[in-house]
Amino acid sequence: MKIEAKLLLFLGLFFGAMCAVYWTWSLENAGGVMMFSGMLLCFLPGSYYLWWSRRMKARPEDNPNATQESGAGFVGTFPGSSIFPFVLGMGAFFVVLALVFGIWLLVPGFALAIWALLGGTSEGRRGGNR
Amino acid sequence: MSQNVITSPTGHDAHDEHHGPSGLLKWLTTTDHKIIGLSYTITAVVMLIIGGALAELIRAQLATSNGHLVSFAQYNELFTMHGSIMIYLFVGPFAFGALANIIVPLQIGAPDMACPRHNALRYWLYLSGSITMLLGFFTAGGAANFGWVGYAPLTSSLNAPGAGADLWIGGLLLTGFSAIFTGVNLIATIFYLRAPGMTMFRMPIFTWNLLVTAILILLAFPVLTAGLIMLYADRHFGTHVFSVAGGGVPVLWQHIFWFWGHPEVYILALPFFGMATEIIAVFSKKPVFGYKGMIFATITIAALSLGVWAHHMFTTGVVLLPFFSIMSLLIAVPTGIKIFNWIGTMWRGELWFSTAMLMSIGFLITFLIGGLTGIYLASPPLDFFTHDTYFVVAHFHSVVMALVLAAMGGLYFWGPKITGFLLNERIGKAQFWLLFIGTQVFTFPLYILGLQGMPRRMAVYPLHHDWVNLNAISSVGAVLIGISTLLFALNIVVSWKKYPAGDNPWDAQTLEWFTTSPPPHHNFYRLPQIRSERPTWDYNHPEHKSVAHASHEN
Ligand code: HEM
Ligand SMILES: [Cu+2]
Repeated sequence: MKIEAKLLLFLGLFFGAMCAVYWTWSLENAGGVMMFSGMLLCFLPGSYYLWWSRRMKARPEDNPNATQESGAGFVGTFPGSSIFPFVLGMGAFFVVLALVFGIWLLVPGFALAIWALLGGTSEGRRGGNR
Repeated sequence: MSQNVITSPTGHDAHDEHHGPSGLLKWLTTTDHKIIGLSYTITAVVMLIIGGALAELIRAQLATSNGHLVSFAQYNELFTMHGSIMIYLFVGPFAFGALANIIVPLQIGAPDMACPRHNALRYWLYLSGSITMLLGFFTAGGAANFGWVGYAPLTSSLNAPGAGADLWIGGLLLTGFSAIFTGVNLIATIFYLRAPGMTMFRMPIFTWNLLVTAILILLAFPVLTAGLIMLYADRHFGTHVFSVAGGGVPVLWQHIFWFWGHPEVYILALPFFGMATEIIAVFSKKPVFGYKGMIFATITIAALSLGVWAHHMFTTGVVLLPFFSIMSLLIAVPTGIKIFNWIGTMWRGELWFSTAMLMSIGFLITFLIGGLTGIYLASPPLDFFTHDTYFVVAHFHSVVMALVLAAMGGLYFWGPKITGFLLNERIGKAQFWLLFIGTQVFTFPLYILGLQGMPRRMAVYPLHHDWVNLNAISSVGAVLIGISTLLFALNIVVSWKKYPAGDNPWDAQTLEWFTTSPPPHHNFYRLPQIRSERPTWDYNHPEHKSVAHASHEN
């Protein structure tokens, strides 16, 4: 996890330095603010990963000599097929169409989105095997 | 509607075929990264064809100096939608949605992407966003017509009152969120789902490039999305962010747009750099030359790409010329390292000129042309002279056509992994030569036209010098490119289920070639020990294993 953290922190530092030079030299605020936010966006997860990498157990994927057997066991829970991503996507579609063709399209848009959110979460809760 | 608890693939049977729905319902409900990736691939190629058809119309209009094929108003729609479709709906989604979605989990030995339902959602957002933007053609006022960059004040409600403009904004909102979700999902997958022994410095270059791309997506896309929301508010809620009338600043849009737009160039390019890297290594039968240098070059490009946006705004007169010029020129250094390493990978290799390899070499040459002409444009005095002329159009078409070449290489190379069947090599090579030569014939006259001052975005042009001849030659190039695309379609028909690929048709190096073609539902029945960045090669060639060059990491 250390390399992941360092990658983000390196980018954050770079953006910070670039921002300092740019902002003081140009006095132009839009770019300065955007670069500064870019720096923050790298520091936030980067510092979290660095902090976390010090307290977590070394993972098999970070160990150059790990055997496949060392990773045996639980990898993760992956959902089977689900209609709700499609439903949520269509909800978003209607919401955007409402921006163009009339506010009434928000009704089906939000209806689909809420259905998907409720359905998706309860589906995730049920879990279990195939 | 259930879940699969996945355990690691060492001798377990958790990877039996999945008994999900079939037919259309399967495509609507799938959370399998390979099927989602395939949907992405097909949609993106359809967008390439639509965008390409519009390009052919543009070139037909410009083949003579006073074309009457389309009206001036229609011409504005044509170049706007051609550019928008190609950039927003084809190259981007193809780069980080299509092959990436299929190949990244396979390359790191993962059973799927980290958030499979989220992964499906982003495809639906991409598809609905694309439809939204294309709907513009069917509205009374026609599609968006202010150029793919949507500069203020052309986009104001006064100058672009139609629904086409709002559909353009709405489509970009949807595809923008899709891209942001892509970034999150790719990073989570690469950080958390690598197989044991797959350390960061053993990941294939393609995966590395997608990791960096994903970070860039998260840095850049929210800025565009925010800008679009402000633009919509200006158009409909009476705000004046971008209009002088109410105290706004039109040039702010350019800052926001290009703060997304230049990183976007690398969001588009890095995945294709990765594809070419993999292909060149495999068909040279060598490991990637300068593996770590390649990664550091990628990271440096990403770092610099956030500080160059205003090289698109040199002529506005309100940007800090020396800063942006120096930063832009610096990008040539890591890019040069990459070109050097690609050549180093081929050097003394056992070259196999398959279609994929030819496409990658074509990419390399064409990209080099685009990159070198970019260095001219990064110099303000030269840019003042060439800005908004066909020189710029030629420059970025060298770049994007290089990406098309790489994309085709990727399809010939990885297509067999996902379909299980190879494409016909003879047609493939004919396609390559047409595409490669067509690209140069199409762009070369545009460079000259640009230097002679022909402005871009014009439906007619005066009979200066030999402008008609140069334009006609360029149109011939466009026709060659069009024919090459038809050959690709022909190849799919001709090779349909004809040449079984087997697991590893190219004697390739990375993990995706260890599993079956197509891979099973959760990708791997078993994995080899991973001791270098070429686990499949090491397994198949125990006599010349790769030298592990990253033993000090953790
Ligand atoms: C068959 C291949 C292609 C041909 C013949 C072609 C032709 C053209 C021409 C002639 C223009 C200039 C129109 C004008 O300024 O009046 C143009 C603009 C543009 N093209 Fe292409 N193009 C092709 C492929 C691509 C690809 C693959 C991409 C991106 C991936 C792309 C992106 C753009 C963009 C962004 C513009 C600028 C649109 C604007 O000015 O707003 N083109 N194309
Ligand atoms: Cu740029």
